[in-house]
Amino acid sequence: MKRRSFVAKSSLGGLAALLGVDIVYKNVMPAGYTPVALQDSDPFKLFNKDKGMVVLNDKPWNIEAQAHLLDDRITPNKSIFIRNNGLIPEQIDVDNWTLTIDGESVEQEKTYSLSELKSKFKQYTYQLTLECGGNGRSEFDPPAKGNQWTIGAVYCANWTGIRLRDVLEDVGIKDDAVYFGYHAADVHLSRDPTKEPISRGAPMSKALQDETILAFKMNGEDIPLAHGYPLRIIAGGWPASVSGKWLQRLSIRNIVHDGTKMTGTAYRVPCKPVAPGEKVADEDMCIIESMPVKSLITYPKSGATISLGKKLNIRGHAWAGELEVSKMEYSIDFGATWKVCTIEKPVNRLAWQHFSAQISFPQEGYYEVWAKATDSKGISQPMLLPGWNPKGYLNNASHRIAVKIA
Amino acid sequence: MKKHTNEKLKLAFQELYRKIILVSAIIAIGAIALVYFMVDPSLSAFKKDKPETEIVTIPTREDDFDKIENGIHLRTGFVEAPGMMETVQNCTNCHSSKLVIQNRMDEERWKSTIKWMQETQNLWDLGENEEVIINYLVTNYPPSKKGRREVLTDIEWYQLEE
Repeated sequence: MKRRSFVAKSSLGGLAALLGVDIVYKNVMPAGYTPVALQDSDPFKLFNKDKGMVVLNDKPWNIEAQAHLLDDRITPNKSIFIRNNGLIPEQIDVDNWTLTIDGESVEQEKTYSLSELKSKFKQYTYQLTLECGGNGRSEFDPPAKGNQWTIGAVYCANWTGIRLRDVLEDVGIKDDAVYFGYHAADVHLSRDPTKEPISRGAPMSKALQDETILAFKMNGEDIPLAHGYPLRIIAGGWPASVSGKWLQRLSIRNIVHDGTKMTGTAYRVPCKPVAPGEKVADEDMCIIESMPVKSLITYPKSGATISLGKKLNIRGHAWAGELEVSKMEYSIDFGATWKVCTIEKPVNRLAWQHFSAQISFPQEGYYEVWAKATDSKGISQPMLLPGWNPKGYLNNASHRIAVKIA
Repeated sequence: MKKHTNEKLKLAFQELYRKIILVSAIIAIGAIALVYFMVDPSLSAFKKDKPETEIVTIPTREDDFDKIENGIHLRTGFVEAPGMMETVQNCTNCHSSKLVIQNRMDEERWKSTIKWMQETQNLWDLGENEEVIINYLVTNYPPSKKGRREVLTDIEWYQLEE
């Protein structure tokens, strides 16, 4: 079936603005023809993603990377996972975009234009690791509800922006401030304008860190639309849902922020460990803060076959939420013995760290290379799934790749 | 004598040069015309009275819209079984069928998920369809036992050259 859609010529101007490029030959474009970039059928073109990315959900858009696509030290847009709770905003009026700081604990409400934010405050650039709280959910048994992320909902990009702390100092914050909560331009799945798809936040201690920034550039360019253009809060090392996209308003609260996806079971784990499948009351669920220690083997791609006598070079990244990774190891015998990898220091706090190792194999056969990172407090990744939780968060079990020696 | 030969040679070259230019020009014009024709086969840019807005209706046949092939509802990917159309009609308005298919729950957890959607996501009362939909989901998308760690599957083997 050949599907054609309704396109009024007058809408093409807006279309061009959305795509950030002019449409050449728009006057001779056949009526009813939708430019490739807006066709839902190819999300890879729509979002400029690698063809190897996996679409988990197309309404709302949720797309994840594969381990070998994350090999770059700084993740390029093409390999960055997309996570949405609602619909991506359709209209971004960047010239009139404002950020309002309000809430019970501000001295006075204040609104800034985008250009004011850019000119008034000093800019900083940091590499910051963002991982979805539900990365690895697909492995939990019994299955946990939500998008079934495997390993690809993590990345480390280079973010440029201003410190949230500097803006809050300019606004004036009362002593009773407890939490910040963001409000954004995305649209609820039901299209109910009174509902927010997501409105999360973090305690003031996180808000005041050097690396918690209001970003307007990712990897040196305007933030791509799917990742929060034109303004996004970045809180590295915490569930990526704290880093609100399309930021329009920040509320400084005198209570723990109670926005959508802050309450109930969302982004929460049982305060006390529970058996797999156990029911947990809402009041026994605690908000996730720092993400746990974790690592990924990004080279080679799983399935490599090499000949006996050849050495295998592996590399990848490791991160530890608020902490640093102090040790990186690999095993080729399912954890019976571990060998140390070289691990680099992070370029800045909350950036992922790069590891490498050269492996010799004793004889022909099937192997798995397992990776294990240890954080600065001596906590390591488990080889089996960590504690089951109803929503399937925080799976930091060791990553592994298959290797054959022939 | 020698000079005369050179002159002749020069003339012959000039003649050849002119022919090459001419042939190249014809090929170039032809190529431009061909490219233009591919971009705009109806030559609309040369026609007058182009409407500012043109709406093309989509001839959609009902049976195409809900076509089933090899037991799969093409539009949503749902498995054809009793309760499928009720699931399509009630569960794919706000979110994609992909979100339903990737989740594996028992009857009790689907019930609480539906309740959560009604309380927070504007899902309507499903009435008699609730049981039909839940039956469809638990029958066709049952949870599988994974244990504490699964065996690696679907490995694509390749020769690693370094």
